[in-house]
Amino acid sequence: MTDFRTPLSRVRGLGAAREGTGHFWYQRVTAAANIPLILFFVGLIIALSDASFADVRATLANPFITVLLVLAVISVTYHMKLGMQMIIEDYVHDEFLKIVSLMLNIFYTLIVGAVCIFALLKIAFGG
Amino acid sequence: MVELTLPKNSRVNEGKVWPKPEGATNLREYRIYRWSPDDDENPRVDTYHVDMDDCGPMVLDALLWIKNKVDPTLTLRRSCREGICGSCAMNIDGTNTLACTKGCDEIDGAVKVYPLPHMPVVKDLVPDLTVPYAQLSSIQPWLQTVSPEPAKEWKQSHEDRAKLDGLYECILCFCCQTSCPSYWWNGERYLGPAVLLQAYRWLIDSRDEATGDRLDNLEDPFRLYRCHTIMNCTQACPKGLNPAKAIAEIKKMMVERRV
Repeated sequence: MTDFRTPLSRVRGLGAAREGTGHFWYQRVTAAANIPLILFFVGLIIALSDASFADVRATLANPFITVLLVLAVISVTYHMKLGMQMIIEDYVHDEFLKIVSLMLNIFYTLIVGAVCIFALLKIAFGG
Repeated sequence: MVELTLPKNSRVNEGKVWPKPEGATNLREYRIYRWSPDDDENPRVDTYHVDMDDCGPMVLDALLWIKNKVDPTLTLRRSCREGICGSCAMNIDGTNTLACTKGCDEIDGAVKVYPLPHMPVVKDLVPDLTVPYAQLSSIQPWLQTVSPEPAKEWKQSHEDRAKLDGLYECILCFCCQTSCPSYWWNGERYLGPAVLLQAYRWLIDSRDEATGDRLDNLEDPFRLYRCHTIMNCTQACPKGLNPAKAIAEIKKMMVERRV
């Protein structure tokens, strides 16, 4: 089929989505949040490297540490979702495959986040 | 997905080696991309030898020497031969630049010349720039006002005028545009560095009254936010401009109007 659309019509396409700034902003917000949260997480792992199972459990149940780790999970998984979304938009050009990949990206992030947070809360609240 | 291999008909073959000029002592080897729409041949790279004692110092001089003295079928765009028209933008020695301002002595070994990357080729070194031109017109690169027109001119302070420095000098050669991987992968949806630099030139103009509408039309995951600060644009610009910074300023304006 010959495409008689003008170049301007092709370039204008469906118009501007009027979004994208949220993605840009939260990618930077989570990046900034990840610096202290990941430093804390790595420090905690090093500090607990020789500890017994019971000690690790008790430390993770400390409210201060639980909250920081839950925040780290949220910040890191959201940052991961935003980054992966960008890569999919860059490189996956088949519309169907793109939609499926973007959905799977969201599901994967939510599952990873939910499992991590559930584990932390289970330790924190006993059981 | 991204195509990492070329389709069969665009694989570049080894081309013809043209005879060396007789009696020349100061020879320079040129390897130039050739493709013609008139036959069914694949693109090829032809080798020429230029007598540098008989030829000006710039790559454009050498290309025209070849066209005049060796092979009149070699096709390229050129006009001003002094870096102001942007016609002779091409990929020289692996970088997009202007043939007229690139000195042969800046290049080691054989001089490799290709058309601007990732654009359809019209012939030899002439790319089809229809899409970038349409993208430029889509951002409406002219002054837009609703206030009654002043009797004389729209006034601007010296400070506000200075904000256009580093933007107005763009000659639209599209060296930056076609050096950008994001533009290669999403060329019809991402506006690209040259067009976004022009967009910023009008966003920052104190006389323009359509700033909000202009930002609305740019706010899009593809039109603007495909820029990942790769910086090829700034690296390539033969006029020493900084499209990457202009794009970062647009993103700052986007955040500024919502926080």
